[in-house]
Amino acid sequence: MIRLLASILTLVAALAAPIAAHAQEPLRVDITEGNLDPLPLALPDFIAVDEEFAERGADITRVITNDLASSGLFAPIDQSAYIEDIENIDLRPRFSDWRVINASALLVGRITEQDDGRLLVAFRLWDTRLETQMLGVQYVTAPENWRRVAHKVADAVYQRLTGEEGYFDTRIVYVAEGRGVDGEPLHQLAWMDQDGANPSFLTDRSYMALLPNFSPSAQEITYVSFLEGQATTYLYDLETGRQEALFASGGRGAATQIDPDGQSLSARFSPDGSQLAVSVETRNGHDIHMFDLRTRELTRLTQHPADDVEPSFSPDGERIVFSSSRGGGSQLYTMNADGTDVQRITFGEGRYTTPVWSPRGDLIAFTKQSNGRFLLGVVRADGSGIERILFEGYYVDTPAWSPNGRVLLFTRGEPRTNGTRYEIWSIDLAGFNLRRLATGGMASDPAWSPLID
Amino acid sequence: MGGPTIFCVLFLGRDREYARKIWLDEGVYIMKIKLFAIAALAAFATACASTPEPVADPIPEPQPTRPAEPAQPTGPTAGSVDHFVQTAGDRVFFGYDRHDLSSEARAVLRDQAAWLMTYSDARITIAGNCDERGTREYNLALGARRANAARDYLISQGVDPSRITTTSFGKERPICRQSNEQCWATNRNAITEITSGYTN
Repeated sequence: MIRLLASILTLVAALAAPIAAHAQEPLRVDITEGNLDPLPLALPDFIAVDEEFAERGADITRVITNDLASSGLFAPIDQSAYIEDIENIDLRPRFSDWRVINASALLVGRITEQDDGRLLVAFRLWDTRLETQMLGVQYVTAPENWRRVAHKVADAVYQRLTGEEGYFDTRIVYVAEGRGVDGEPLHQLAWMDQDGANPSFLTDRSYMALLPNFSPSAQEITYVSFLEGQATTYLYDLETGRQEALFASGGRGAATQIDPDGQSLSARFSPDGSQLAVSVETRNGHDIHMFDLRTRELTRLTQHPADDVEPSFSPDGERIVFSSSRGGGSQLYTMNADGTDVQRITFGEGRYTTPVWSPRGDLIAFTKQSNGRFLLGVVRADGSGIERILFEGYYVDTPAWSPNGRVLLFTRGEPRTNGTRYEIWSIDLAGFNLRRLATGGMASDPAWSPLID
Repeated sequence: MGGPTIFCVLFLGRDREYARKIWLDEGVYIMKIKLFAIAALAAFATACASTPEPVADPIPEPQPTRPAEPAQPTGPTAGSVDHFVQTAGDRVFFGYDRHDLSSEARAVLRDQAAWLMTYSDARITIAGNCDERGTREYNLALGARRANAARDYLISQGVDPSRITTTSFGKERPICRQSNEQCWATNRNAITEITSGYTN
């Protein structure tokens, strides 16, 4: 069953603060530099007004705590250290009790079952030093959506304390890798919540599926399917489960220049969702094409005999970055979305591949191979300045940005006696907070959904 | 007195290691090594039982490029897939990050072309493969280049283009799974599969 990403939450109201706030220096987490001093935060279990939801209050707090800790920017304080027992979130907490355990901020919450059976989830975020409320919000949702409410709360706390949008109420689509009964490699599309919860397969094990990407609405994905025996770009509607090959062999209309025996690779959506940039094999090698999802017209943007692959749009939709072997080894290039004004942006030794434009627009993440090692790095989109390496390992592939451009997911491979083991890891833009994503088994090719409304 | 016994134990241990590694691989390559290992074991079991001072010969390195000799004195049926594999060879190999054909690769492809000219109903798919030392999409493109290089050479040798389709599996269909150059070299290939028009 396909889980809908449509809005399931109602933001009811901002909670009025029990007291007037003082205007003083507000609590703020600096996320621009490597954060080695995460903010100490207290998160007592959300209070459940109704006995039957007593466990749920603790569940919600656990999800929020895990989200915030995973960012590396917050240090949740162990509940056993708490002095005050929060019984009513509408009363001012005893701030000295929280300051003494070194909590800079305190998040308290309450869940109430409404007459219509839905849950009312309310929370307040306190600055324990200024003794002011930083945030007070309540949501209404169906009881089964409690995890999404928890992620929404974590996003709100993250945004209030960092000044940037959170990324916790999101989904990740990826390739679940495994071995079949005869040892044959399996590659199935799967997706899950950003924290690893609610995983499910999107394709079966009968064919290979690779390189998924989300649409801006998170309602569709593109991916590379081997259903017909060779790499073919597919569009997959997550709501209906319907999928289609975008460029059938031989092509049609403007696609007649496509090698009838050629492959089509990973497609990325334009920011407005109306077009796809995709590398398609022509008789002349692989070239970047634009596919208009309304007119179904395929337009060729590059004509070089070398392979041009891995296109990715800038967030304003004006330019496209791609990798190309036109200069000998693979390097990164940008061009206008109509194919004009091609500029090379990397010049270092080694092979540069997998460019992905940051949602913030200023950076491009890439994989680089040099001296037998694989590196994950970022470079300024205009090619100026020096590249910054965030991670180095045996194998790195397919970087994917968090919606706020602060975190990168990537495929990481490490050699094992029975073959390379692939996992998805995350690292922040400063090169800190390296973590393995909680997939069940081997996994690769992560793509991060936008924040779900 | 104790010498030969210890030697045999050590050797058997080493031999088991060979057999285990090879079990991880696939296809003809495995079969050949397995047979060799069994033969070697048998030979040394005999040697240990009867010879006081056995001399250990190093086990030759496996040759991954060509299939094993048939076990039976009778060869495969003419025009069959096995016949193609054994008389022409079904795969050619490439250098790191390369898609140009070596002289060895061209020799194999000439044999493939000759076979295909003889058995003119046969249709083929050429699959390009890569080692794991490249990113996924890059390797899908590189694999396509390898398959196309093999295809174009077959066409230059007179094979009708309509009999050939190509595909690329990038790095996703490795023959060998270990992380070393020998293994990677085995995985950088274009493999010709007869898809129809062959004798059973």
